[in-house]
Amino acid sequence: MFNKTEVLETVDMIEREHLDIRTITMGISLLPCVRENAQKTARCVYDTVCAKARDIVKVAQQLAGEYGIPIVNKRVSVTPVSLICAAFPQEAEKIGLALDKAAKELGIDFLGGYSALVHKGTAEYEQIFLESIPAVLAQTERVCSSVNVASSKSGINMDAVAQMGHIVKRTAELTKASDGLGCAKLVVFANAVEDNPFMAGAFHGTGESGTVINVGVSGPGVVKHALENVPNANLNDCAETIKRTAFKITRAGQLIAKEAAKRLHAEFGIVDLSLAPTPVMGDSVAHILEELGLEVVGTHGTTAALAMLNDAVKKGGVMASSHVGGLSGAFIPVSEDIGMIRAAEKGALCMDKLEAMTAVCSVGLDMIAIPGDTPAETISAIIADEAAIGMINNKTTAVRVIPVPGKTVGDTVEFGGLLGHAPILPVHTASSAKFVQRGGRIPAPIHSNKN
Amino acid sequence: MRAVVTVTGKDNKGIIAKVSSFLAEKGANVEEVSQTILNDRFAMVMLVDIGEVQEELSSIARQCEELGRNIGMSIRLQHEEIFNAMHNV
Repeated sequence: MFNKTEVLETVDMIEREHLDIRTITMGISLLPCVRENAQKTARCVYDTVCAKARDIVKVAQQLAGEYGIPIVNKRVSVTPVSLICAAFPQEAEKIGLALDKAAKELGIDFLGGYSALVHKGTAEYEQIFLESIPAVLAQTERVCSSVNVASSKSGINMDAVAQMGHIVKRTAELTKASDGLGCAKLVVFANAVEDNPFMAGAFHGTGESGTVINVGVSGPGVVKHALENVPNANLNDCAETIKRTAFKITRAGQLIAKEAAKRLHAEFGIVDLSLAPTPVMGDSVAHILEELGLEVVGTHGTTAALAMLNDAVKKGGVMASSHVGGLSGAFIPVSEDIGMIRAAEKGALCMDKLEAMTAVCSVGLDMIAIPGDTPAETISAIIADEAAIGMINNKTTAVRVIPVPGKTVGDTVEFGGLLGHAPILPVHTASSAKFVQRGGRIPAPIHSNKN
Repeated sequence: MRAVVTVTGKDNKGIIAKVSSFLAEKGANVEEVSQTILNDRFAMVMLVDIGEVQEELSSIARQCEELGRNIGMSIRLQHEEIFNAMHNV
C-alpha cells in the first residue's frame, strides 16, 4: 500500500515536473511482407503496419486516461527496410512512401526503420539503398532513417562512413527550405540496438519477434527536483537520490509497457530508461548537471557529472523493470534541451566537449546544427570519431548533425516542436578529407575477441 | 479495482461534498479519505472502489478534471496501480 505523501509526490511529478511516458513504440517485423516486386511489397508493408498498429493511438490514450500519466508519443519501428527491398533496391523509395502513408493513417508521430546495417561491409544493394535516403527523407514527413556503420565486434566501415557524410549533406540540401530538417530524421550509429523505442534511431531488429511493444520513459524534471531537495548532499547521496528517482520513473514505464503490450496483442519488449529532455523549461538534462553544481553545462566537471547521472539512472532503473533495453541513459540532444541551448548560445558548450560527454552517456552527438558549408568529409570524420568512442567502449554512439544550408556560426535555426532550436556550433575547419578518403575498415579492437 | 482521487488547490468550502457526490453518482464507493494542508495548498487523497462503475475509467478521469476546472481545483482520478508500481518494490 502507498501513503498520502507518496500519492502527492506522484501527482506533483506529473503536474509540475513533466513526468511522462515519452513513447510507446510498436516494433513490427516486415520480413513477411517481401514480395516479388516493390509495388506489391509496398502494399503489403502498408497493410501490415496499419493492421498491427491500428489501435496504438487509442490504447495509449486509454492508458494515459486511466493511469493519469501523459503518453507523449506513439510510434512504430520496422525491420530495416534495406533488407526487405534487397531484391529491388532502386525502388526502395516506394517502401519509404508506403511507410509514411501508414504513419499518417495511424496518426502516429514518427515511424523508424528506413535503415541499413552496414557495420562490417556495404553490399551492392545496400549502397543503392543508402543513396535513396535523402530523397525519402525529403518526400516524407514521419519516416526516420538510421544507418549502423560500426560495431565493437566488427570495427568501423569507413567506406560507409565516407558515404554517410555525403548522404547527410545531400539530405540537408534537399530539405533546405526547412533548414535541413531532413537531417533531424537521420542517425548514423555505432553499436545500434535492435529494440530502441526512441527516434530517429528506432528500428525493429531481425532478432526480435513479430510484434513488440517497447516503452521509453522520461523525467529529467523529476530528477532535478529530487536533487533540489538535497542541496548540500555529497555526490554519494546525489547518486542515491537519482537512483531512487529513476526507480520510480521506470516502474511507471514498466506498468504502462506491460499493459500496452497486453491490449495491443504484442509482446512486451523492453523499457528504455533514458532521460529524454524537451525544449520546455523544467525538462532539461543540462539543468540536472547544473543542479549538481556546475555554473553552466559544458564547463569542466560536466563529463564527470554526466557519467554519474547516467550510471545512477541505469542502476535505479534496472531493478524496476523486468527487461531493460534500448539506449537507456541520459540523452544530450542540443536543440531539444533548453539548458543545452542556453549553454551553446553562451559559447560554453562546444563540439569537442559534447564529444567527450558522449563517451559517458547514452547515444552521441545529437541534434547539433553545424555550418551549412561543412565539407562532407568533415561530417564523415565527426561520425568516425563517434563510432570510435562507441566501438572502443562497447556502447552505442550516434551522430545526428544538421549542416544547415546557407547558415553559419552566429546564426540560429528553428526546427519547431520537440526538435527545438539551436545556435549553429562551429566545427574544426582543418581538413580530414585524406583520412576519410582512404576508406576500408578500421579493425575491431582487441578486447572484442571474447570468444 | 480501486482508484485514487487527488484534489489539490486553494482551500474552498464544500469540496469534499462536491467530489463525493460526483463519485457516488458514478457508482464509485469512497473507502478512505485523508486531507492535509501542504504549503498553503489544500490536498485531499481519496481511495475509491470502482468495481461497480459502468463508464470507462479514462472517461471518469476526464470528467473529474472537468469538475476540478469548474470549482477551481485540480482533481485527478488514477488507477491505484500507478502508485503501487512507483512506491512499492
